Order: sequence, then C-alpha cells, then structure tokens
Amino acid sequence: MEKHIMQYQTVHFNLNGKDVERTVDVRASLTDMLRGDFRMTSVKKGCEVGECGACNVLIDGEAFNSCIYLAVWAEGKHIRTLEGLLGPNGELSDIQQAFVEEAAIQCGFCTPGFILTAVEILESGKEYSDAELRKLLSGHLCRCTGYENILRAVKKTMYRRLGKSF
Amino acid sequence: MYDMKALYQAKSVADAVALRLAHPQAQIIAGGSDVLVQMREGKRAGAELISIYGLDELRGVSMEADGTLRIGSLTSFSHITRDPLIQQYVNVLGEAVDQVGGPQIRNIGTIGGNTCNGVTSADSASTLFAYDAVVELTGPDGVRRLPIQEFYIKAGKVDIREGELQTAILISRESYENTFGHYIKYAMRNAMDIATLGTSVNVRLSADKRTVERARVAFGVAGPVPLRAETAERLAAGKTLSPDLADDFAAAVREDINPRDSWRAARDFRMHIAVESARRAFVEAVHLAGGEL
Amino acid sequence: MSKSVGKSVVRVDAYEKATGRAKYTDDLCDRSALVAKICHATIAHGFVTSIDTGEAEAIPGVVRVLTCFDAPDRPFPTAGHPWSTDPSHQDVADRLLLNRHVRYYGDEVAVVIAEDEIAAVQGVRALKVTYEELPFVLDVQKAMEPGAPQIHEEFPGNILAHTDIRRGDYQSAIQEPGLIKVEGWYDTPTVQHCHIENHGCFAYMEAGRVVVVSSTQIPHIVRRVVGQALGLPWGKVRLIKPYIGGGFGNKQDALYEPLCAWCSTMVGGRLVKLECTREETFVSNRVRHAIRTHIISWVRKDGTLAARKFEAFSNQGAYASHGHGVVAKGMGAFPQLYPCPNLECDCWSVFTNRPAAGAMRGYGIPQAMFAGECHIDDICAAIGMTPLEFRRKNLMPVGYTDAFSKNELYSDTFNQCMDKGMAAIDYARKYQVYQNQTGPVRRGVGMAVFWYNTAVWPISLESSSCRMVVNQDGSLQFQTGETEIGQGCDTAYSQMVADAVGVPLSDVHVVSTQDTDVTPYGTGAYASRQTYIGGFSIVQTAKALRERILAIAHEQTRMPVSNLDLVDGQIVRKSDGRILKSLGDLATESLYSLEHSQHITAETTAQIKSNAYSFGCSFAEVEVDIPMCKVKLLNIVNVHDCGTLINPALAEAQVHGGMSMAIGYGLSEELKFDEKTGKPLNNNLLDYKLSTFMDHPTLQAEFVENAEPTSPYGTKALGEPPACSGAPAIRNAIFQATGVAFDRCPITPHVLYRGFKEAGLITD
Repeated sequence: MEKHIMQYQTVHFNLNGKDVERTVDVRASLTDMLRGDFRMTSVKKGCEVGECGACNVLIDGEAFNSCIYLAVWAEGKHIRTLEGLLGPNGELSDIQQAFVEEAAIQCGFCTPGFILTAVEILESGKEYSDAELRKLLSGHLCRCTGYENILRAVKKTMYRRLGKSF
Repeated sequence: MYDMKALYQAKSVADAVALRLAHPQAQIIAGGSDVLVQMREGKRAGAELISIYGLDELRGVSMEADGTLRIGSLTSFSHITRDPLIQQYVNVLGEAVDQVGGPQIRNIGTIGGNTCNGVTSADSASTLFAYDAVVELTGPDGVRRLPIQEFYIKAGKVDIREGELQTAILISRESYENTFGHYIKYAMRNAMDIATLGTSVNVRLSADKRTVERARVAFGVAGPVPLRAETAERLAAGKTLSPDLADDFAAAVREDINPRDSWRAARDFRMHIAVESARRAFVEAVHLAGGEL
Repeated sequence: MSKSVGKSVVRVDAYEKATGRAKYTDDLCDRSALVAKICHATIAHGFVTSIDTGEAEAIPGVVRVLTCFDAPDRPFPTAGHPWSTDPSHQDVADRLLLNRHVRYYGDEVAVVIAEDEIAAVQGVRALKVTYEELPFVLDVQKAMEPGAPQIHEEFPGNILAHTDIRRGDYQSAIQEPGLIKVEGWYDTPTVQHCHIENHGCFAYMEAGRVVVVSSTQIPHIVRRVVGQALGLPWGKVRLIKPYIGGGFGNKQDALYEPLCAWCSTMVGGRLVKLECTREETFVSNRVRHAIRTHIISWVRKDGTLAARKFEAFSNQGAYASHGHGVVAKGMGAFPQLYPCPNLECDCWSVFTNRPAAGAMRGYGIPQAMFAGECHIDDICAAIGMTPLEFRRKNLMPVGYTDAFSKNELYSDTFNQCMDKGMAAIDYARKYQVYQNQTGPVRRGVGMAVFWYNTAVWPISLESSSCRMVVNQDGSLQFQTGETEIGQGCDTAYSQMVADAVGVPLSDVHVVSTQDTDVTPYGTGAYASRQTYIGGFSIVQTAKALRERILAIAHEQTRMPVSNLDLVDGQIVRKSDGRILKSLGDLATESLYSLEHSQHITAETTAQIKSNAYSFGCSFAEVEVDIPMCKVKLLNIVNVHDCGTLINPALAEAQVHGGMSMAIGYGLSEELKFDEKTGKPLNNNLLDYKLSTFMDHPTLQAEFVENAEPTSPYGTKALGEPPACSGAPAIRNAIFQATGVAFDRCPITPHVLYRGFKEAGLITD
C-alpha cells in the first residue's frame, strides 16, 4: 500500500475576534481543527455529512456545517463559534439566555449549532414570520424538543432586539 | 479527517486548469457538500482533490452586454436566491435552489457543484433545463459552451473534458425575458431532503395574457438525468388559457418522462406526482404571469 | 410547604449546555487515544470463513487488527435490565464481541485499532473477509415458517419467546348472535432513536482495572456487562457516564463498551476510542421493534365488547437485546385499556436478519397503541359510533385495578384528559364539520389514548440509591445512579432534594456524572422511572440526613431534637420559630470540631414495590391533499396525567419531544432494507426522514394533575408516554378526512398513493 504523503499547511484566520494560526493536516475538517486544535467543545459531531447541524459555525457571518468544510479553507476567514458569544465575565448573550429561559435545551447536543444559526438570523435585523423562522432554522435536527421551545427562544429574542413585545 | 491522498488548492482558473492537467485523476472540489460526503462514504476514499473553493472570481451573478445572465459556478445557493438579478429575471431559479437541503447546505453548496454531479435530483437542474441554460467550461484550449441538455451525458456523468472546469452557467435573454416560472419540489419532508421529483415550469404569455406564447417544463428524477417534456410544451404553445389546458398540458408530460422504480419511490407514483406537479406548476406560472385559467 | 417542587426552575445544566461547555464523552477523551473502527459484515446471514488482515496490518498507523477468530467465545447479554440472581430471569446472553456467525447486514466481524481515524478506516477497508452465505429472512412471519433460515441454534423456529393472556371463553363468546366482527392487521416500522450524539466510548486500563467512559443511560448495568463480556470480576471495571446527547432507549443497552474495553486490554491497556458513525448508529446499535398486530373484536351494536383476539408478531432482529419484554408490555396494555371479559392474546418475539431491536421510548406501547387505537376507530366505523363515544363507554373505568402490577386507576383520568384535549383542538365542532367531505383537499380530526405504566416493578427489581454530603457552607451534593440524559432529571431531583432536606435550591449541587467507583448503585434512565423511583430514595436519604443534622444541632445547641427543624438552610427552634444557626455554621463547626468531628452525610437505598399508571391522549387535525398524496398536520395536542408536575416547563418540553417522535412515527420515519440483500437502504439522516423544523405545527402539551398516591411527590411516568398516542391520532384524522383506514405507519406519500388508488380516490 502506498505510503501516505502527509501534508501540513498553516492556516491564518480570525476565531471569535482573535487572529490565530495553526498548522493543520490538509485532510482535517474545520470541525476537526476547532475541536482538536482549539478544544472548542461547542462544535459537536452528530453525522459528519452536513445533515444534522450540530457542528454549525459562522464563517464571515454565514452558517456552515464545519464537518464538511476543509480546515484549510478557513484561511483569511472570520469564524465564530458559540464560545465567542459569551461576555467577558461569562455572561450569556441574549439568545443563549432565551434558550435557557424557554426550556429550549434538553440533552444540549444540538443547542450550540441552533444558537449560532439564530445569531445569523438575529443579526439580519429583520422580523420574520413563524414559517420563515422554521425554514431558517431547518438545517438543524433535534430529537428532544420537537423544536417548539427553540422557536419560542428565537422569536422572543428577535422581538426583544426589534424592541417589540412578544 | 478525510481520507484524501493530496489536496491541491487552485489560485486562479488558469491554475486550476494546470492542476487538472497535472493531476488527471484528481477530483474537483467546489463547496464539498457532495465530494466530501462521498469521500467519507469510501466512494472517493484515497483520491486527490483539486480545491477551487478559493476562486472568488467564479462567484456572483452578473449580466453580460447582450443581456445574458451569468452565474459564476461557485455561487452558493443562498447567494443565488438573494441576488437581485435572479430575483428580477429568473426568480424561479432562486426559489428552486432555496429548497436544497437546509440553510447551511445552501451556504456551502454551489450551482456548479450541483450540476457537475450529474444527478437527476439536483434542485437547480430542472429549472436550468427549463431555461435552456448554457454551461461554460474553461480548459486548456479556452472556453467551451454547450447547452445544459448536452452537458448531462448520463446519470452521474457530465461532459467535462481533460483539463476543464465549469466556470459559469448562462441563461440568455431570449430564454428568460418575460417569463414566469414555478418550481415544485416533491420530497418526503419539507427541509433537508432530496427531491423525489422536481418540476419546473415557466411560461410566456401574450400581451393580453390570454394565450400561451411559450411554455416549458422540465423534471428532475423523471429519468436518469433531468429532462424536458417537449410534447406538453408543444401542446401548450399558442393555446388560449383555460382550465382544460392545464390538465391537457399535465397529462402530456407522460409522453416524455420515464421515471424508474427504486426504493425511494415507485415509477407509477412518480408518474402520478409528475402529472399533478406539472399541472400545479403550470397553473402557478400562469398566475405569476398575470394570466387566468 | 413545598418551595421548589412544582416550579418551573431553570435546568441545573442549562448554562453549561447553552455555552457549549458541558462535556460529553468525546470532549473528555485525550487526543492521544488510539481509534478503533469496526468492520461490519456485508452479508445478512452466514459465516465468516476467513479474514485476511495482512494488507490492513501493513498500513502505517494501524496498531492491531482483531477479528472474530480472536474474540473470546464468551456470550454476554446486553439489555439494560437489572441483573437477576435467578438464572431463569436473566437476559439472553447471545452476543459476542465479534462474530463468526453473521446474523445481520452490519454485524461486527473485526476491528482495526490505529493511531488515527484515517488509518483505522483504511485498515477496515483493506480487510479481506470471506463468507459462507446462508439464506436470510427479514419478515417476522416468514421467519416463523417451517424451513425458515435458523438464526440462533438455541431458538428453534426463530422464536425467542411466546406469551399469552386468556380471559373468559373467547370461542364461546363469539357465538353470541348479532355480534359484529371487526378485524384488522396493523404494521409498525423499524425506526431508530436518532439522538443527535451518536453512541461512543473510550477505554483504558488503570491500576489493573478497565475504565470505560461512555455515552450510556445505564452506567452500572454496562459495568456489569463489560465484566461479563471480558470475563472480569465486576469490581475490575469502572464505568463513567458524563453528559450524553440523548438516548431514548438506544443507550439503554450495552452497545460497544465491551468491545472498546476489550480493545484496550488487547493493546496493553492503552487508551482506545470507539465512536459510532451515524450510519453505524442506525444499523449496529438498536432499533425499535417493528411489530405486526392482528386484532379481532366482536362488538355488540350498543358498542360493548363481547370478545377480542390479539396477536402480535415482534421483529426482534438478529439478537435478543431487550427481547420479549417489549412486545409483552404492549400486549399487557390490551386487556386493561378496554376491558373485555373474553380474550385470547398471544405475542411472539421472533429473530430475523435485521438489526437487533431493543428499548426505545415507549417500549412496545407506541406499536400497541397504533394497532389498538386504529382498531378502535375501525370498530367505530363498523358500528356507526363516534370515536369519542366509544372510548367514553369502553375505556378502563375509575377504580380498575390490575391484578399483576396492583396498579389502580384512581381518578377519572381518561375523561379529564379527553375533555382537555377536545377543548384545545376544538374537536367536537371540527368532527362535525369534517364529516362526509368531498373534493381533492380534505380535513379530518382524530384521537387516540394511551396506556403506560411507570418503572419495571413487579417484573424486575426497582431500587434507587442516593447519597448526600453537606459542605462547610451548608450546601450539599447529592448523587444517584439514575442518569441525566437530557430529560431533566438532574433538575427535578435537585428540586426534590431542596424540599426534602430543607435547604434552598441554590444550595443543592447535583453530581451529574455517574462513576461506578463513587456513585451509589442505580440502574439508570429507562422505563420513565426517574422522577417516580428517584423520589423514593431522595425522600428517604433526606430524612436520614435531616436526622443526622438535627442530632448534631442538638449537640451544638442543647435543644432537644424534637424541638428542632431545618428550614430553608436554617436550624430553627420550633417552639418560638427562632433561627438558632445556619446549616453552614453547623456544618463548619461539626467538621472542624476538636471534640466531635464528623462530616455530614447520608446514603440509603430505597426499594420500590409499586408502580403507577400514567395515561393520556392525543388529538390531531390534518389536511390531506389527495392528488398530491400529502398530509399536512395542522394541529396536534397531547394531554397527560403524569401526576403532580415537578417542573412544569420541563414537563412541557418533554412532551414536545415525544410528540415530535410520534409525528415521525406516524408520517415519515422508517428504516428500510433491501429485500434482496438485507442491506439497510437509508441509514443516514438524509434518507431517514426524521421530522425537521418545517414538518411540525405548533406542538401543544396539556396536563391533568391527579397526584399519584404511591409516589412521595405525587408523580409518575412522563418520559415515554408522549411518544405513544400521536401516530394513531394522526392516522385516525386521515381516516376521518378520506375514509381510507390505513393499516400501517408511517403513512408516507407512497402509502397514501396506494391507499387512495385502491379506494378510487385517485385514478391515473
């Protein structure tokens, strides 16, 4: 069997507001790099083929399943994970707080991915209908919540940010 | 971790062409939502990859001087849906690709990858067929353009030659002007699914909105590759709008489609859904065009 | 009285999970771990004749290849049941670490241990396995036919077990003149749990023992199974269970912990990680039993039941796992839910060459309710009675007591639940409006009830142990062997502990992780037993702890124990209500006392010899687009009487999740197999149609709170019941809308197409 020619490459990117660089195996997914090299436990592995959304991160403001994104593609990107949402003293962001308040968390495995997609939705500054929110959140699977309280948490935060009553 | 033998990252289209020639066995990877999945399944394990992900010159939608819409092959589905030119001229394409997978897939998936896969279920493909889209390929001898119907050779195989990569998809003004289209994705759930059947219809009505000047209908998963139902198109052309026309148009699609039996769906079921979808998509397209049935 | 129980307090683990900091199994695994990957069989039935490992072993990074020819011939059971010291009640021990006899497509035949995942995967791909193929069988009734392929030598005819129930005289009863015979066959699918965290574990040796960290619901049971599988004394095995990303019964089995532990022992005790892929989770973990049920009811014109026959054929798959308990539980509901004097009930668990079926949320009841509640609507159609009227007339009456479990229906639960559900969905009005529709798009409303009983007594042991330790500041830690799997038991228990001990909730710290070295024995999360069973040991341990604290308070204050109380973390003199000191001051003084130093702790085991009915219902409203063969679920409501709610918000959330599972069961989910090869066709989250965010209407959860008298907190099962009645309610709504009585779930567009075509509703 042919011996594998190992290739490493140094990737420079911005992670949660901080410029970082890492030398990674080109075979690594972004999930592998964030979990392995940066120990970001919010990035979960649920299917590794882009079907469950548990590994979701924001890249230049858009949601991506990091499992099917090569680590070397991070070069020059701005990447945000759930770890980046927390305040300096561990304060939860409004959307995290809403997930807590609305009992939108059960086993917690889909939670980080959902919250990051919610961040993308909320940062658009738009008001969406329930049907639109369902569609915008539909790239994540959850087996515990039936999605009901997740919808409530996102809606509540959307209205709060828009200064409207819920 | 992906079991790849090597990764070559193209820095330009010319570089990609050079890499293609240097590594003829290598697989092009655009967004990766299909190639990486196949690699993990073992189908492409151990392969060399040429990544064109970094070629920003292949992203975006523009209009050429003659009115042709040019969609860069690496334009993601979500960017196509949000693009003002798409929304103005071929909104149905934006709607169709807005039904691919889920939001994250629509951010990474590209129209080039969707068509180069050669799969019949691609949500973009039926609409591109229905608009007589042209595929632009760039290779060592320059640019080659061919109709999308010719680009698809057979299931899973498209006409990309040595050293080539797909660089754009083009839709001519003649094709899209004054047309209104509707796409129906028939799937087993409302998100994160592949089409059991995809139906894309577009119509151009006469100025008085009473006559069909031109109707086009294309299907995904009604055959090994996406296809047009030309019998139905001929039937509708020049006809006065009426409820019967929708039924006749829909019934006529049976002449040209040839879905297969698979564990995903039976042939007779797909035939039934194709007729019903064609009828509904035709009705909706006519309504969008300002006509009444 | 109670300060914390009954309130919707925030989950104790919410912050950790909302920040992504909560540690799941893979988060805890050191990066130095070797990676084990399993080679799964590519035939449905046969024998491995050889495995050529040469090429795999030559791959750089491959450390060790172990095949079925290396594995010990030491069968072990896997079911997450309490051990029985009576051999006749022990689970069937039919698993080996790796198998020469392949019994399903996906069976484990070898494992490759490598320095990284890629080398391990390459190694698996490089193995050359040869087989002697045998005929296989996937269908449960075909597996019972003479001449069917034999899957386990010890079980002729592939019958793992058969049990029956007889009441009265069925044969004589059906002779009564004027009876209307209603007969139906009902099929339910193979489905999978689809927790978002796949099962995974890692193992290493430390001080001559094997340590396994696993995503499991049942750490103490898995410890025992690892011991059995490896031939080790159970004390040589330590099992640690961190946070887990859902279980739903799949992780109520020993899955790959024994294999992973064995791998570690075969590489000198090095750290070995074995993580399932999603594809493996679907096929090589556990699935829900597909059950085919045959029901005949002999009904009088007035809607009373003269006699009934029930036969259930449960597709066990390749291995016994939880075995016959699942279909037996479903059959057990039949005579109770609609009591009838003359009954013939039989059920069979039958081996086939499919993935092993085990526990899954509802444990036989979703299957039994689909069959039973569809059949009730079929009876109603046959005799011209409304579904509501028939149920009001025939459902288990108040005061009904089951002779075996001693469970009693204490309250008018069914009528209360149905009334609430009807009001929520405007059932009575809609039922009238939706009668006799025509046209391509029609609506319907449907209902279904469910029967469930809490925990496993008297079939198996029910016990729970609890330990409480007071800190110097008067706060306390508590532990139980019952596990947090996402359902919220850590929070419910914390609320119970706060009230039972007499401290503020903020002073209660749950030790969420179970570690068999330090956690008191408890069997884990299953049977919707957590709040019910855990409540007993919490109350009992809190009582012991309070006695201890008040005795120390007596030493420190010289007041008689009879005049002391612990209220909200303060030692109070009862006679005048004066606060004498805080629990913190007491604990500090006690611990550091130069005269009588003691740390304050209590630990007890409660054995529970009771059980409780937990009932409720679902109402569904659908819109059926007949030409498009599509069902749109417009509304769905579940109503539960799970006794007194410990935490209403978490209870509601729990119901939502179960309803979602029921919607998938009713409309979309099914694991499919190639009839020609036995190969699974859709073992991934794209092709297996788990409901997405866009497939649900608003989920409505309602409760009727009749305090359960046998529980110290008035509580009973809620974990599984929400998954039990949704699917038949949807089916019955489709029935009302279209007049087509579908006899299977999921009622997919394919099924709708066939049904509508047969009924003449669509013509091509």
